[in-house]
Amino acid sequence: MKRWGLPLLLVAILVGIWQVAATTGAIADALRLEDFLVPSPSEIASSLWENRSLLADNAWVTLKEVLLGFGCALVAGLSFAVALHLSETLRRAAYPLLVASQTIPIIVIAPILVVWFGYGIGPKLGIVALICFFPITVNTLDGLRSVDPDAIKMMRTLDASRRQIFIRVEAPTALPYVFSGAKIAVAVAVIGAVFGEWAGSSSGLGHLMLQDNAQLETARLFAAVVVLSAIAVALFGLLALAERRIVTWR
Amino acid sequence: MRQDTKMPTEASEFATAGTSPAEGAPGATISIRGLRHSYGELRTIERFDLKVEAHEVLGVVGPSGCGKSTLLELVSGLLEPEGGRVEVGGAGEPDARLARCAYMPQRDLLLPWFDAIDNAALALRNGGAGRSEARSEAWRLFERFGLGGFERARPAELSGGMRQRVAFLRTLLSGKPVLALDEPFASLDAITRAEMQGWLAGALGADPRTVVLVTHDVEEALYLSDRVVVLSPRPARVVAELRPPTPRPSDRDAAVTDPAFVAVREQALHALRGGPK
Repeated sequence: MKRWGLPLLLVAILVGIWQVAATTGAIADALRLEDFLVPSPSEIASSLWENRSLLADNAWVTLKEVLLGFGCALVAGLSFAVALHLSETLRRAAYPLLVASQTIPIIVIAPILVVWFGYGIGPKLGIVALICFFPITVNTLDGLRSVDPDAIKMMRTLDASRRQIFIRVEAPTALPYVFSGAKIAVAVAVIGAVFGEWAGSSSGLGHLMLQDNAQLETARLFAAVVVLSAIAVALFGLLALAERRIVTWR
Repeated sequence: MRQDTKMPTEASEFATAGTSPAEGAPGATISIRGLRHSYGELRTIERFDLKVEAHEVLGVVGPSGCGKSTLLELVSGLLEPEGGRVEVGGAGEPDARLARCAYMPQRDLLLPWFDAIDNAALALRNGGAGRSEARSEAWRLFERFGLGGFERARPAELSGGMRQRVAFLRTLLSGKPVLALDEPFASLDAITRAEMQGWLAGALGADPRTVVLVTHDVEEALYLSDRVVVLSPRPARVVAELRPPTPRPSDRDAAVTDPAFVAVREQALHALRGGPK
């Protein structure tokens, strides 16, 4: 637990400074705003507690979008990377398209998806999957290409089939890279879910944030942000934990 | 890093009750005629002829970059020559050569995600053996080759010498009649290297194969081989062929100071330096 000591201390200090600045009205004065528009950490904390069931219900909606979207991207990304690795022709043809997929502006795509597929989970899932696809695929592909060619020679001389070379050498070599890509993806997946909800939604933390913004419920808005960050940190942490358990050789 | 185990060096120390399928593997002959190969624009091997008898240990020494590793890969079926003919056990097709030869690369290339015994048993697993079946076969050799107790260790926990021994076990367990060893002890310090040479001599005594041993160390070649060929700088050709007085003698220290051995070593070094015959 020593690992958490220093970060928590830093967070505590920053929160402390914020608390003092907000309660004395220093920030509000500096920005020339009403006091209630700049909530202090204690106000955010009490909003978190008062609205806990509302926040929890919406958090679950957003979490579902993130998990399903990430899951789809993981399946699609891994398959795509393996296919590009096994076929030189496919790689040369599809790699530029892969890079282009990253440049599609999510903000523009999201409303279009809502027009096509409505207010259901579909468009959000699509946005999250799109945002997660690139880091997963590129990192996996790099991992597969980082295999030591001498290790392949060693396997060939030991009668390994192509499949056995993939399972015993290429896939384990790529595994740390897969986790890298997955961790990056999961950190930005939450952003994708929020954009999807902003484009068209009747529930979820992103939807709640839009409402709170319009109604100047700033404390609850910040509380929703805290919950979103907590979700992202928790998912990242779960992946890091899985990595430590699975990749035991690094 | 764990402490190194004591290595058995006498052929008798390798003997235990019960046999392993790798024992008494029939050696295959190697025949190379008019071999020619290039690396891009660079001609690496030219007009190369060589014959190796079954169960013979052939040492190959030559200057750096002369094409020794390429030669091993060509023999083992990992590469196809541009010209000439390579036959192992009478067969020239790449698949046949690949099936008959086990190439041991310079680096141990132990897979870090497997423990020592799974690394050693790789050839058996690739051949379709189940994990416990493969492990029990490898288990016997671990004890025999002085690695007892380290079966479940990860490669990162083993010393350099032990990793090379596991890599050699991996090569042996493939059951192939021909072993192509590419500078197996180059990455080891001088003391470990001397010990490993004694160990290999004992291992080959207990389990004879046809061996092509590439090394830059003339003394090592003369100690371990029945016959040593010296290669010219690139493009490689055989410029000398020598026989040590006694191949794989049990007392290494006595053997390498023996005047007959020293004389042959001088001849080899002379040939390496490009002097007249």
